[in-house]
Amino acid sequence: MDTTLCVEQSQTAEAADIVAMPKERTLTYTEAIREATDMEMARDPNVIVFGLDVDDPKAIQGTTKGLLDKYGSERVFGTPLSEDAMTGVAIGAALAGLRPIHVHIRMDFLMLSMNQLVNVGAKSSYMFGGAVHVPLVVRSMIGKSWGQGAQHSQGLYSYFMHVPGMKVVCPTTPYDAKGCLIEAVRDDNPVMFVEHRILHFQKGPVPAASYTVAPGKARITAEGDDITLVGISYMQLECLRAQRYLADVGINAEVIDPIWLAPLDIDTIAASVRKTGKLCVVDNGWTTCGASAEIVAQVLERLQGTRDIRVMRMGFANTACPTSPTLEAEFYPDARRVASAAYDMVHGRKKNWMPEERVDLRQIEFKGPF
Amino acid sequence: MHEQFYKSLFRIRRVEEEIARIYPTDKLKSPVHLSIGQEAVSVAVCEALRPEDVCFGTYRSHAMYLAKGGDINGMVAEMYGKQTGCTKGKGGSMHLVDTKAGVMGTSAVVGTTIANAVGYAYAMKLQRKKVVTTVFFGDGATEEGVFPESLNFAVLKNLPVLFICENNGYAIHTSQAKRQGHPHITERAKAAGVQSSCVEDNDCLELHGQVKSAVEAMRAGTSGPRFFECKTYRWKEHVGPNEDFGLGYRTPSEAKRWIENDQVTKIAALVPEATRKAIEAEVEAEVKAAFEFAEASPFPDVSELMTDVFHTPCAATPSEAVRKAA
Repeated sequence: MDTTLCVEQSQTAEAADIVAMPKERTLTYTEAIREATDMEMARDPNVIVFGLDVDDPKAIQGTTKGLLDKYGSERVFGTPLSEDAMTGVAIGAALAGLRPIHVHIRMDFLMLSMNQLVNVGAKSSYMFGGAVHVPLVVRSMIGKSWGQGAQHSQGLYSYFMHVPGMKVVCPTTPYDAKGCLIEAVRDDNPVMFVEHRILHFQKGPVPAASYTVAPGKARITAEGDDITLVGISYMQLECLRAQRYLADVGINAEVIDPIWLAPLDIDTIAASVRKTGKLCVVDNGWTTCGASAEIVAQVLERLQGTRDIRVMRMGFANTACPTSPTLEAEFYPDARRVASAAYDMVHGRKKNWMPEERVDLRQIEFKGPF
Repeated sequence: MHEQFYKSLFRIRRVEEEIARIYPTDKLKSPVHLSIGQEAVSVAVCEALRPEDVCFGTYRSHAMYLAKGGDINGMVAEMYGKQTGCTKGKGGSMHLVDTKAGVMGTSAVVGTTIANAVGYAYAMKLQRKKVVTTVFFGDGATEEGVFPESLNFAVLKNLPVLFICENNGYAIHTSQAKRQGHPHITERAKAAGVQSSCVEDNDCLELHGQVKSAVEAMRAGTSGPRFFECKTYRWKEHVGPNEDFGLGYRTPSEAKRWIENDQVTKIAALVPEATRKAIEAEVEAEVKAAFEFAEASPFPDVSELMTDVFHTPCAATPSEAVRKAA
């Protein structure tokens, strides 16, 4: 295929993405989070922000920068290293009408909060017959690269997808980061707001005004007829890059960003697979009992018997995350491997094709030291 | 004062005796953790609180619910699994709630509500409300990590929260001595920086006096969190309506001194006989009516299964429900 044409195609695809978005300003993902938090705190005095280090000089990658000065230490405070109790405190404060945003600088640390989140936060509305509700946002970040290792790298959102009473959102763009966070703060239920450290560096158009991105609506980020790629969290970027590699060889992949994992917009994904007949879900987590397994199962339940469907899940290697760069690179799916797998699915058999790396589609690595 | 105390104590005792009496019929569709023998703690504390004050509790919180003013019909109907129950048949005995009475919820997972109460107290302080938040929990809960974590945060933020540890000596069938290397819970609370005291012998009036002055200090803004270890004793089995001395983990002779020191009987003796009889007649009628209400109430419609998973403000309004029905 002519190289010039390829570049044009990819530029067209990129332009198409942006057409749907307002062009007025460009912010980073972290700036979008900060702005959403600031706007909601200004709008509603019941919004408070707390968590380990939210008020320290680094201010959670800048996402809470300036909030302490603006809103004071009663509404913005660092906490003791007590995730269990502080999650219980967040739920208790929410029961009293506050709208806490509880921040965890790594998603791995949420394991210390599971009891309160699963047994109390997600259950209170139901087990008290609707007498109370828990308007809580839990922000957490998934780490990647520069040797983050086994306990700083886990994407564990599928744990929360499993539990009724909880919403889960993994925005991948600055636009969605702002809109989803505002939506999450205004929601009357617990919302797990999942960020990714690499996504923090993303820049994109973000309107200055307040807006929300509604739960349960996915976004088609690239249109195509040959195969459906669903990329979750950071893997959305790898899927968009894979789409470019596939375009180089004449395969038109449709890429979908589910944005919200609970509630999940299976309609948009199934409609795409009805068209393409091939579904590859690329997850920023393990595949077993993961978000990718859930999406594949729901699509098959919906479409089985209506047409031939090929499905595939890609995610973390079935091991803990290693720290050495060579092992770490092998641990994660990346654009070229996604493209290779999609190529096989489109051709219906193993072709051992792997695209040459394009400089413009290289991963943006987090640079240490941490 | 004694009249009010007696009425509350006697009312709790009679409701739970009725639960125990009816339980073998299987009409009560809920595991019940009876408070019989422990009523004094709830009454002593709740009589020091105002309606707008808030309580959190445990799976053994029938006493707290009633002492705080929770609706008796809603509680009994809840145990029957009826639509008119305080959680519409979704929570049962272990998840009682009556927000109008300040009963903010009870939990079946030990220790969880300790942190919830601290968070509630934080909100009250931030909103400049003169509300005292109380949490009831057992001796077992003090072994959970959430207990010292919550004490620490309450002290750090100087929150008006009342920690009430109902120490009945057992977590299910295991004695405190088998579980705690340093079985002095009050000392552990003190070590966290919480002003703390221990009230022996299930003494309703003594505990009330101490709690009342603590609560008044909190309202005046001169006291942060306070901790009370309340020694008490559960007469019945961990869960269910029966005695369980046959299991061998505790003996009738151990129970004897607690039963002889029954606070329902002790406070009754402080009330003139005519008044006492009037109270008893009033309570008996109320209890009877509550069980009749529960029996007569319908079970929830199956459509209730999927409501309340999420709170949706629109769907909760009557006008919306009417519109949907139309």
